[in-house]
Amino acid sequence: MRFAVAVEVSLRPGIADPQGATIERSLPVLGFAGIDRVRTGKAIRFQIEADTEAQAQAEVEELCRTFLTNPVIEDAAIRLDTVTGDHG
Amino acid sequence: MARRVGVVLFPGSNCEYDVVEATDALGAEAEILWHGTADLNGVDVVILPGGFAHGDYLRPGAIARFSPVMAAVVDFARGGGPVVGICNGFQVLTEAGLLPGALQKNSGLTFLCQDALLEVVSSASVLTRGVAPGTRLRIPINHFEGNYTVDPDTLHQLESNGQVVLRYVDNPNGSMGDVAGVTNEAGNVVGLMPHPERASSALLGSSDGLVLLGALLDVVAAAS
Repeated sequence: MRFAVAVEVSLRPGIADPQGATIERSLPVLGFAGIDRVRTGKAIRFQIEADTEAQAQAEVEELCRTFLTNPVIEDAAIRLDTVTGDHG
Repeated sequence: MARRVGVVLFPGSNCEYDVVEATDALGAEAEILWHGTADLNGVDVVILPGGFAHGDYLRPGAIARFSPVMAAVVDFARGGGPVVGICNGFQVLTEAGLLPGALQKNSGLTFLCQDALLEVVSSASVLTRGVAPGTRLRIPINHFEGNYTVDPDTLHQLESNGQVVLRYVDNPNGSMGDVAGVTNEAGNVVGLMPHPERASSALLGSSDGLVLLGALLDVVAAAS
């Protein structure tokens, strides 16, 4: 089976996020009100072949732990979607 | 006999020859070790220099830690060999799990290229042995991601173990505990954001970096 994977890497709760804080500070200047708790991160997308969804999930978790995130400061949220047809 | 220093060159390193110059000037024999080698060629000391290894893609040090040379560096460090990471080299050592913590973006979100006043906190490392705690050194910093971050319990542990070896007198980047340099428990692996090789001659504005590099190479050097 083939899965489309979306990994969202974000700073762990409690870790200061200078980019998020800077964006938040600039919002009132730009005329946006009522927005707070801005946190930044990055999105990483790829596809993976695996026999089962559980196997794909386990492999992506391992990939996130060893490479895509620095577990000291970052968390990953993983989303898997089955790819059908021409692997678009 | 002169100590042999291996300076690791990753694609994107840019301070390797400054380190070679500074250590050679102290009487060492420095050589460049390409990141693709798995052999440290019998050197006595390994230095990971500053720069942008592998373009700093994903995170600084994230890809460099998988370079073939790093397995040999990890073995060398585990065997007690002296390993120092400067700036990007510090980031690589944290990613490789040889040093605790992580370096994230400076709190002010600006790239900092300036002199920094440092205080030696602990002599319990290969880079600060023989240097009295409280000694102040003026050494340049040059980084965007030098904001030392670690969980508060670990920071407390590092402080009580004497593993925080250098501290900023005026914290420029938001580092927790004003940390500018840390060592592992054994004291043989040290990472620091400031560049001692750029403070290796009065002509460069300061020779205070020689105090640290001299300690590493068992050479006595006087602060300017």
